[in-house]
Amino acid sequence: MAKTYDAGVKEYRETYWMPDYTPKDTDILACFKVTPQDGVPREEVAAAVAAESSTGTWTTVWTDLLTDLDYYKGRAYAIEDVPGDDTCFYAFIAYPIDLFEEGSIVNVMTSLVGNVFGFKALRALRLEDVRFPIAYVMTCNGPPQGIQLERDILNKYGRPLLGCTIKPKLGLSAKNYGRACYEGLRGGLDFTKDDENVNSQPFMRWRARFDFVMEAILKAEAETGERKGHYLNVTAATSDEMMKRAEYAKEIGAPIIMHDYITGGWSANTQLAQWCQDNGMLLHIHRAMHAVLDRNPHHGIHFRVLTKLLRLSGGDHLHSGTVVGKLEGDREATLGWIDIMRDSYVKEDRSRGIFFDQDWGAMPGVLPVASGGIHVWHMPALVNIFGDDSVLQFGGGTLGHPWGNAAGAAANRVAVEACVEARNMGRELEKEGKDILTAAAKNSPELAAAMETWKEIKFEFDTVDKLDVSHK
Amino acid sequence: MQDYESSLSDTSSRKFETFSYLPSFTPEQTRQQIEYIVSKGWNPGIEHTEPENAHGHYWYMWKLPMFGETDVDVILKEVEACHAAHPNNHVRLLGFDNFAQSAGASMVIYRGQTV
Repeated sequence: MAKTYDAGVKEYRETYWMPDYTPKDTDILACFKVTPQDGVPREEVAAAVAAESSTGTWTTVWTDLLTDLDYYKGRAYAIEDVPGDDTCFYAFIAYPIDLFEEGSIVNVMTSLVGNVFGFKALRALRLEDVRFPIAYVMTCNGPPQGIQLERDILNKYGRPLLGCTIKPKLGLSAKNYGRACYEGLRGGLDFTKDDENVNSQPFMRWRARFDFVMEAILKAEAETGERKGHYLNVTAATSDEMMKRAEYAKEIGAPIIMHDYITGGWSANTQLAQWCQDNGMLLHIHRAMHAVLDRNPHHGIHFRVLTKLLRLSGGDHLHSGTVVGKLEGDREATLGWIDIMRDSYVKEDRSRGIFFDQDWGAMPGVLPVASGGIHVWHMPALVNIFGDDSVLQFGGGTLGHPWGNAAGAAANRVAVEACVEARNMGRELEKEGKDILTAAAKNSPELAAAMETWKEIKFEFDTVDKLDVSHK
Repeated sequence: MQDYESSLSDTSSRKFETFSYLPSFTPEQTRQQIEYIVSKGWNPGIEHTEPENAHGHYWYMWKLPMFGETDVDVILKEVEACHAAHPNNHVRLLGFDNFAQSAGASMVIYRGQTV
């Protein structure tokens, strides 16, 4: 029997709370951490989130009856307590795949984290995790090259890759900047990197930077016999400008370019990733602005979601945090999103903050990049935490070497190789790290000097965004 | 303060990727790395090249990869046999991971005279 039109405001839960619903394999599933206003029942709030992030509006409209709303609506299907926190709860919502345009991270984001985040009945809202069905994953282009192809292109096997962000962040001339790249690369780094702020400022326009850096790469390759790259940042004010810079990087033979995916935007990122795949270019992704979204435990978007979105949108490297350096990052949670970057299938694991099984199918993986306040003494822990499929990036930890950054690079290269050798021999890196580095330093004065320089530096602040575990 | 000695004209500046910033392995160190390759279930393989052609992706294969070989002594003997047949060449040992479709390990065991 057809429904009749009944104007007015209905409670959301009448339509959008479906505790008996079994999610379909093709549904996009989301877990939100919901902090409601006082006195609003959980089911009503969860249903409101489902409604406002899918088909619903605040009142019944006659045009609802022109379609099969029960087919298209989002469904709040479960509610769970947040361990150790009574102010909020988890709401699980299933969205039919038809609600989202194929291959469009823009469209997914606009729905899932759109108007609903400003909804008055909520005090705060956080998107904790999303399960993308393999049916949706297959519509996305993903990483341009992937880990396996990057290793083959660059001829780097059986160890983490090494990078260095050029400092100072801002103010160097193009020629001096190229010099800093050259010194790091000839000393044994695989990559140097534009800092995210470096776009095309008056002190160093992009075109001059690209030319000088390319000369640095070519000379360092000839000198060492190894393959090298520099993440040329093509992030720009418009996507036309971004593409112009990317095309020039290709023209001069650069192997890798860089984009800031959150400030640059999903649309630009997906476009650039597709272009990189078509043009044999590696794509390094920086994550400026992520902490605005992911650091507050009650509001925003968890980084594991931003990680999934990047893998779908496309990128070959993504900054992941270091666990041990100067920037925020809980160890177990970091291990969780590193798996999300690299593995083809990730199981639900609440101890790592992973709420859903995630099948990536044949989509290539993304290399996690550990960067920020790390130095040679962190190497054993970094190799242990990140394994071979990672980029370890030492900025100050390369350029701050007392003898300059060729020596700083060599120190890090010797250290990473010594740690990998020791790991392969079955030694416990985090326990025996000091002995391993000390032994390696006997054959490397550069490493000995680096160990002497940084021996006292530690970063021991508590993590703000912890995993939700019971601590009452 | 120490100078970083490396130049285009000094051929000892040429490196060989993983483990080439460490001193050449002793036979015992090589043996331990082979044990690692075997323990990971990877297929050992040997490749060599004239030093002047080292930059390309493809070196010469020494026979075929040793599919399923887990005897460290057998693997070590093949590395030595390759070196004996091509004493001036770089000789590298790889561990092929057929699931990742990539080398899980790659290391130059005998370093020829670099150019």
